[in-house]
Amino acid sequence: MRFERLCVALIAGTAVTMLASPTAAQQAPIAPTVAHTPPSRAPAAQPAHEKSDGERVFEANCSRCHTAPDGFSQGISGTVVLHMRVRASLSARDEQALLRFFNP
Amino acid sequence: MRLSLRKLSTSLRLRWTRCLGLAAVGLGFACLCHAQETPLISGGYGLFTNSSKNGTSYLPIAEPLIAAPLGEHILVESRAALVESISPRGGSQGGYDHSFFAGLTYLQGDFLATPHLTVVAGSFLTPFGTYNERLSPAWINNLQDGPLIASLGIMGTGTGLGAQVRGSGLNTPRYNLTYAAYYSTRSGKQQFNADRSFGGQASLYFKPPRVEVGLSYGRLLQGTHENFYGLHVWYEPAGTAFRLRSEFARGHHAQGYWVEADYRTAHFGGLDSWEGRFEPVLRMQQTWRRDTLFRDGLPLVNAQRVDIGLDYNLPHNTRILTSYARQFSATGGSRTWETGIVYRFLTPAWKGRKDQ
Repeated sequence: MRFERLCVALIAGTAVTMLASPTAAQQAPIAPTVAHTPPSRAPAAQPAHEKSDGERVFEANCSRCHTAPDGFSQGISGTVVLHMRVRASLSARDEQALLRFFNP
Repeated sequence: MRLSLRKLSTSLRLRWTRCLGLAAVGLGFACLCHAQETPLISGGYGLFTNSSKNGTSYLPIAEPLIAAPLGEHILVESRAALVESISPRGGSQGGYDHSFFAGLTYLQGDFLATPHLTVVAGSFLTPFGTYNERLSPAWINNLQDGPLIASLGIMGTGTGLGAQVRGSGLNTPRYNLTYAAYYSTRSGKQQFNADRSFGGQASLYFKPPRVEVGLSYGRLLQGTHENFYGLHVWYEPAGTAFRLRSEFARGHHAQGYWVEADYRTAHFGGLDSWEGRFEPVLRMQQTWRRDTLFRDGLPLVNAQRVDIGLDYNLPHNTRILTSYARQFSATGGSRTWETGIVYRFLTPAWKGRKDQ
């Protein structure tokens, strides 16, 4: 019975998540930078490019623990950065650099 | 996973309605305060299996997280865990037993007081070592199980109830010094179970060589007062997809270490190629028992364990975890096969102004 409830909850959660998530068509124009977020761990094969402060902050703090998400809505980029400021103990300067990286 | 279940079973049981109620209150509060940024819902869904000589267990799990900013300086965040454990009865009995746990992992308010100081109040993850705060979510951990020493220094439940200050103390182009210090009161509340304790952590990250060295300390202030010490070293060479993490922790009754290396095979076509999505993982760990007077979650005899894993990072934030673990100790060894699939989600709680 409990397992059934959990399954129902998981399915409902997935459905809510999918409904709440912007579609690909919606997401592409509003989060172009996030969708092109550089890989969390830069492979050696990729050509070197000039990194912004925000990208360095991202690599030095966020991606040390987890991989980057495939993309997210621009509407929550500020919340993501605020959350990372607390979780990764970012300074205010790094927080702003990361925000600019998500919203250039 | 084992640690999560233990924590949940001892302290974090909570009814569905309470979880949803608290989340609804938080979201409602955020609405009333006209938050500038849209709250987010994140976390992971997973289904894990664990096979040993006793049979195969199944662990569906959901770990939703909500973060709601209230203005520019306050953030309310909470994470919950819902776990169903389905395991064979063992012995001559057939069939499976199952148990369900649901509880808040933490519920805290963060006040960004100054550019280098954040004040945290509420129920928070104990800042000791690296696993509890940084690696414990199912969608982050490279292996299904946490390290053997993960329960050292986190004061039983892994959460404190009180206040914490944290932030980046010194940040230059060459290094970053972060800190955290907390005090937790004793609480027997089922959803906010905590021990009276205090402690802290300081971590120095050297940016060019990408090396992090950190120290942790915790002191239990109830029953027999005990000290816990921790040291961690992480190394991630620049321009590679290799990570090396290690941690040592010492408690009053036991001590141990773990070393974990993982490599994303991005050299073969990049991170987004099918070859580059593989991620071999190796973790070695060892624990030493100083006495057997206390059950702190570590093996009751000296033990060594090696985990060999192979993860695959699918597109759309989905990850497959597989591993084989071999544990050696004076009381006998054990073999464990583990597989799992995790989906990580990150979405706005509702359609915000920027999305319209």
